[in-house]
Amino acid sequence: MAYIDLKNELPGIRGLMAYDQQAADALNGIANVLLCRESSLTKGEREMIATYVSSLNDCFFCQSVHGAVASAHLEDSDGELIKQVKSNFTEAPISAKMKALLEIAGRVQRGGKMVEHRQILDAIAEGATDQEIHDTVLIAAAFCMFNRYVDGLGTWAPSDQQIYKDRAPWIVEGGYTRPGQNIK
Amino acid sequence: MFRPETGKPLYELAQALLRGPSTLSEAERELIASYVSSKNDCMFCMSSHAAAARYLYKDEKGIVDFVLEDYLNAPISAKLKALLSIAARVQKDARTVSSDDISNAKNEGASEQEIHDTVLIAASFCMFNRYVDGLASLTPTEPEAYEAMGERMANGYTLPKQE
Repeated sequence: MAYIDLKNELPGIRGLMAYDQQAADALNGIANVLLCRESSLTKGEREMIATYVSSLNDCFFCQSVHGAVASAHLEDSDGELIKQVKSNFTEAPISAKMKALLEIAGRVQRGGKMVEHRQILDAIAEGATDQEIHDTVLIAAAFCMFNRYVDGLGTWAPSDQQIYKDRAPWIVEGGYTRPGQNIK
Repeated sequence: MFRPETGKPLYELAQALLRGPSTLSEAERELIASYVSSKNDCMFCMSSHAAAARYLYKDEKGIVDFVLEDYLNAPISAKLKALLSIAARVQKDARTVSSDDISNAKNEGASEQEIHDTVLIAASFCMFNRYVDGLASLTPTEPEAYEAMGERMANGYTLPKQE
């Protein structure tokens, strides 16, 4: 169980969001603008970046939730594609542009200063726009926050991947909301 | 933050965490933000939030540089030291926060909400710092630039007006 009494039994960030609703609304604002708005990176691609960074941070809850949502968007019903991206994205069947963006995301995870001009130029050469590079850096940075929030307070996470898979269509449909909040 | 669409929720988060209702003072929260930014070696965030903390600490502004140098020996409460220790663990690897760290903070008088707020402030600066440095944002080097910024920030976080 979490290090503090959240007064609810919800797992991962959902328990935290039920505990502090003001913070939850600000955090969901960030998740929705990064992952759910219309953008030239597809929702599946953006969820893939979120999943990859969460796996580098070894955050079980976030990589399970976002991995399931990414798979739902990408018609990856057995989750194999996302598994491959996590274990070695350079060999995964994804575009060269996505590989260049995942390289940037991985560097952001280690530290903002790890991104060099060279990786930005590589991404541009593979067709990434400035906005796409910006969004990749910010998604990666945001998951360095979400992952720390979830793990720093010792929240619990269901181990059964089916639970995440069952929940994914709700997120695909309604975006990110806090518990009890009406889905728009 | 050159993208107003993504900038808006980021400012809202900073405002909620650093200026919203909390039993931790605004100066203490800015101090945690600046400390985490210094651990992430993010010059821009460290300097600007240190400036905001100095402005808010008023006559006691010397505390800020003391904490950034060596918080365990700084003239701050044992509670704030325990919270800064938790913030440091979150910055490095949040999985290393232990129940001992939490009980230590509680023994020094920290409430659960204060522990929560410390973890989330530390986590959020692991985002802001990476965003700023990952895109190699412009970082002024003159201290005067930060002093004015600190005073502005002390009065709240709002999205800069677009030209």
